[in-house]
Amino acid sequence: MVHKLMADGKKIMDQTILEAKNLCVERAGTRLLDVPHLEIDEGEVLSLIGPNGAGKTTLLATLCHLFKYFSGTIVFKEKEVDNELAAGEYRKKVAMVFQEPLLFNATVFENVAAGLRFRNIGRQEIKKSVEENLERFGIGHLGNRSARTLSGGEAQRTSLARAFAIKPDILFLDEPFSSLDPPTRESLIDDLERILKNSGTTTIFATHDRIEALRLSDRIAVMNRGRILQIGAPDDVMNHPADEFVASFVGVETILKGKVTGKKTGIVMVSVSGREVAVIGDYGVGESLILCIRPENVTLSTNPSETATSARNIFPGTIGRIVPMGLFQKVELDCGFPLVAYITHDSLKALSLCEGADVSASFKATAIHVVRK
Amino acid sequence: MDLILEGIKKAFLLLATLDREVLDITLLSLKVSGLATIVSVFIGVSIGTVIALNEFPGKRIVVSLVNTGMGLPPVVVGLFVTIFLWRSGPLGFLGILYTPLAIIIAQSIIATPIVMGITVAAMQQLPKKLRLQILALGATRLQMVWMLIKEARLSLLAAVMAGFGGVISEIGASIMVGGNIKGYSRVLTTATVMETSRGNFDVAIALSIILLLLAYFINLVLTHIQQRERKQ
Repeated sequence: MVHKLMADGKKIMDQTILEAKNLCVERAGTRLLDVPHLEIDEGEVLSLIGPNGAGKTTLLATLCHLFKYFSGTIVFKEKEVDNELAAGEYRKKVAMVFQEPLLFNATVFENVAAGLRFRNIGRQEIKKSVEENLERFGIGHLGNRSARTLSGGEAQRTSLARAFAIKPDILFLDEPFSSLDPPTRESLIDDLERILKNSGTTTIFATHDRIEALRLSDRIAVMNRGRILQIGAPDDVMNHPADEFVASFVGVETILKGKVTGKKTGIVMVSVSGREVAVIGDYGVGESLILCIRPENVTLSTNPSETATSARNIFPGTIGRIVPMGLFQKVELDCGFPLVAYITHDSLKALSLCEGADVSASFKATAIHVVRK
Repeated sequence: MDLILEGIKKAFLLLATLDREVLDITLLSLKVSGLATIVSVFIGVSIGTVIALNEFPGKRIVVSLVNTGMGLPPVVVGLFVTIFLWRSGPLGFLGILYTPLAIIIAQSIIATPIVMGITVAAMQQLPKKLRLQILALGATRLQMVWMLIKEARLSLLAAVMAGFGGVISEIGASIMVGGNIKGYSRVLTTATVMETSRGNFDVAIALSIILLLLAYFINLVLTHIQQRERKQ
């Protein structure tokens, strides 16, 4: 259970709505999923991030009880879902949206009504609920259209409306935006963010886009090869990645391996490819460390007279490559070790940086996240 | 040429005057082949769906057997149905050889693999995740299967067409198990064969035209439904 601070400063304790223990899925001898323990609190939005094939979809589908063959237990509202009958009942209380809209060959209205029809809900109530949810996702005017004629964004909105129409206790979203073009995706994320906030629906959301995850979630879980490598609050995972894989996945561009060579008060010196990097922390001499440096924490200058403070690392380097990244320029440096920095277009001009130029790069010792190897 | 022209002229006369015998033969043909198609749709769609939606060892062998069955020669079916219904055969006690019921049985056996084969193909063409999506919306297994059948409805209509088309024009089994008994088990195809062998080309042509029109109308209706569905 996680303690959350409410707007009025009162601390409330969230109820665990879903608990999974020793989840394991194996197919043809390979382990697709291995999750010893996972708890979902009522009302939270948990993002699963990881590359393709990390097991996100498998975890979602298993938690949704769509697979017959898996080992482990799923406990929903303190009741174990332990047989096919219970699974059927459980599936009536949750909903899942996939990457593809998977709409039925019927009108938009009928699609959104589908889940309600499975529950034998009355005509009037279906009409009301469907119309409400069509409005909610801004597709009220499409009710009578055939689902076959929709654009990608409209289709995914229909798919989401279909899931929300059944008022699920838990919503599973499997990369619902990844096949949409950027503007469509943006407007849909905006709407979903608002809808999730208003409805307070417990949501587990798989994505390979960490920005989507940051925007929507209360907690982030990073997955690879069927395992959850790290789970925690977004800033915690972003700033304190548990290992090299998580670091590279959450956007740490520079990952250096080094050995501790000396200690001062509160600072250790780490040798990286023959250079000494100052790092905050208490590590033993001879210990192997992995240093993670975010590119936005590296500053560049062409003025070598800048004095070094004890907590600031300054290294001369040569620019290898400059890659435009939209709002930023990504500068790849060789300082004896590879280092990546983000700078704005303006500073690139002001410093008249170009490939092959010499610069000095600096980053604070406090900006380095250290992982014990 | 005269023979053909005379034949066609007389054929249209028979049709225009709604000749009693021709009408009876047509209605019996429709009834027998229609019922056989209905039976084959029930058996073919349900077993075809079960085959398509489940993974089991030997599935490939089963599917290729079904596909082979789509080209089952009617005379072979006729032969085995005759043997089974023969007075001393295993089902001889039923006493239904040379009845319309026997033709329905034989034609069902011919149409079922056709419907089943197309059903398997149609259901396997649906996206695999669609099943998970339907379950994830809270459907029971039965509701899921029904939903999938509804999704495959256009292809299943094609299955119905192919099944009906296969049996309405079939002759081997009908003549063997039905016996072509006048006013009782004589259908369009068996009557056409008989009239042709007698040299009554006018009647034979009239029957052929009806057979063609029948096949055309049934397919027209089904195609119409299919096209309307597609346009939506």
